[in-house]
Amino acid sequence: MNKSKPLLSSTLGKKLIMSLTGLFLCTFLIVHLIGNLQLFYNDQGKAFNDYAHFMTHFTPIKVVSYLLYTSIVIHAVYALVITIHNKKARPIGYAVYRGSANSAWNSRNMGLLGTVLLVFIVTHMSNFWWKYHNDAVPYIEYRTNLATHETTATELIAGEYTGYVKYVDNDFEILKAKDLYKQVQFAFQNWILVAFYVIAMGALSFHLIHGFKSAFQTLGWDHKKYAPIIRFIGIWLFGVVIPIGFAAMPLYFYFSN
Amino acid sequence: MSGNMNLTLKVWRQKNNKTRGKFVTYNANGISPDMSFLEMLDVVNEDLVRKGEDPIHFDHDCREGICGMCSLHINGRPHGPNQLTTTCQLHMRSFHDGQTIVIEPWRAAAFPVIKDLAVDRTAFDRIQQAGGYVNVNTGGVPDANSIPIPKAVSDEAFESATCIGCGACVAACKNSSAMLFVSAKVSQYALLPQGQTERYSRAQAMVNQMDAEGFGSCTNTGACEAECPVGIKLTNIARLNREYFTAKLFKEEEVH
Ligand code: SF4
Ligand code: FES
Repeated sequence: MNKSKPLLSSTLGKKLIMSLTGLFLCTFLIVHLIGNLQLFYNDQGKAFNDYAHFMTHFTPIKVVSYLLYTSIVIHAVYALVITIHNKKARPIGYAVYRGSANSAWNSRNMGLLGTVLLVFIVTHMSNFWWKYHNDAVPYIEYRTNLATHETTATELIAGEYTGYVKYVDNDFEILKAKDLYKQVQFAFQNWILVAFYVIAMGALSFHLIHGFKSAFQTLGWDHKKYAPIIRFIGIWLFGVVIPIGFAAMPLYFYFSN
Repeated sequence: MSGNMNLTLKVWRQKNNKTRGKFVTYNANGISPDMSFLEMLDVVNEDLVRKGEDPIHFDHDCREGICGMCSLHINGRPHGPNQLTTTCQLHMRSFHDGQTIVIEPWRAAAFPVIKDLAVDRTAFDRIQQAGGYVNVNTGGVPDANSIPIPKAVSDEAFESATCIGCGACVAACKNSSAMLFVSAKVSQYALLPQGQTERYSRAQAMVNQMDAEGFGSCTNTGACEAECPVGIKLTNIARLNREYFTAKLFKEEEVH
C-alpha cells in the first residue's frame, strides 16, 4: 500500500489539533467561570482582586496561561488553514444549496462563530488583561476586622502605592492589591460593550454545542453509551450554563449601577 | 392523462471540463408522477434529440438503487428531496405541478465535470485502489462459524459495506469531504478478521489518497449521513479517525 504523509500534514492530523486545543479551551472556561463568580460576592471586590493576583503570579498557573494563549492562536490558525483548504475543495459552488435540510446551522458556521469569539477575546483581553498587566488599574486597600469580619475599602491614590501585600496587624487583615474589580465595574457601564459581551456569549454557546461533541467525534470516541453523555454536557454545560454564567456578569454590573 | 405535471427545469450545461458551464431552462411537460427522475430526463432528452439538440448528459446504470452511478444535485440536495433515495429511485410524485427544479452536477474539485451533469468520480476508485482490498487469500466459502466473529460486528461490517460509492456525501458536505465514503470502506475491513493484516496500513494509505485527491476535511456537520442513500453512519467516521490515529501514534511498526 502507498506511502502516507506524516500525521500533522494530513487533514485528520489538523483536525486532531483543532480537537485537542478546543477541548483544552473548554476546560479553561470552567475554571474561568468558577473563579469569576467571585465578582458576585458582596465584598467590594476583595475576594476577586485577591484571586486576580493569585492567578497572575502563581507560577504553575502562569505556565498554563501561556499554554492557553498558545492554544487560542493554534486553534485559530489551524481553523484558517483548514477553512482555506476546504474552500479549495469546492471551487465552483452550488446555485442552490439547502444545507438546512441536512445539518445544523452552527455546525456549518463554526468559522463565523469562531471569528466573533476571536474579536471578543481580543476586546476582552485588552479591557482587562492588558490593563491589569500594564498598571492601568488603580490600587485598593482592604482592612478586615478579624473579629467582626467587617471590611472597609479605601482607594489608594494613583502613584502612591504599587504592589501586593497581605498581612495581619492587630486583629486586622490588611490587603493591598490592584483593583481589577473597579475596572470591571467601570467597563460594564458601557451598554455597547455589555451588548457585545452578551452577543459573544451567544456565539460561544452555538460554537460549543457543535464544537464539544465534534471534538470527541474527531478523536474517534463515538460510543453508544458515552456519546449521549458527551452531547448532554456539550449542550447543557457548554451551551447553556457557561455562556449564561458569563453573560450574567456584564449584565449584573450594568444593571446594578 | 390526468395528474400529469408540467415542470420547469434549470439544468447545468457544460460542454467539457475546459469550458465554462451555464444553466439552461427547459420545459418538461406531461410528466407522469410515477416516472423516476431519470425517466423524466429521458423524456426531455428525447425531445431534444428530436429537435436535433445535444441531449443532457447524466450518469446512470442500474436504475434500481444499487450501483451508485446516478448523481444529480436537485433543488439544493444530492439525489433530491427524499432521504435514503438515489436519483433513479426518486419519483416525480415528490414534486408538484408547475415546480421549478434546479439540477446541478456534484460540486467538488475532486469530481471534475465531464459533461453537463456527469462528473468524474474516479478519485473514489483511486482511494479504493490505495488500500480498499485484502492481499491475503481468503480461500473459498468457509464452513459456518469457522471464523469466530460476533454477529453484531459482522452486521456492522456489512452495513459499512453497503456504501455504493455514489459521492452524495461529498456533494452534500460543505467542505466536499469524502470522509463518509472512506470511513465506510475502511470500516468494512477493519471490523472483519480478513482485514486485520493490513488494517493500519490501509487506514493510512486510503486517508493519504483521499487528501491527495483534494477532498476537504471533515467538520462533523453530519450532512453526509443525512444525505447518504444507503444510510452509512457517522460512527464510521469516528472509527476511521480511531484507526488512523492508532496507526500513526501507536503502531510504530505500521507507520509508513
Ligand atoms: S457513504 Fe453513502 S453517500 Fe457516500 S459514497 Fe457511500 S453510499 Fe454514497
Ligand atoms: S442508477 Fe444505479 S443507483 Fe441509481
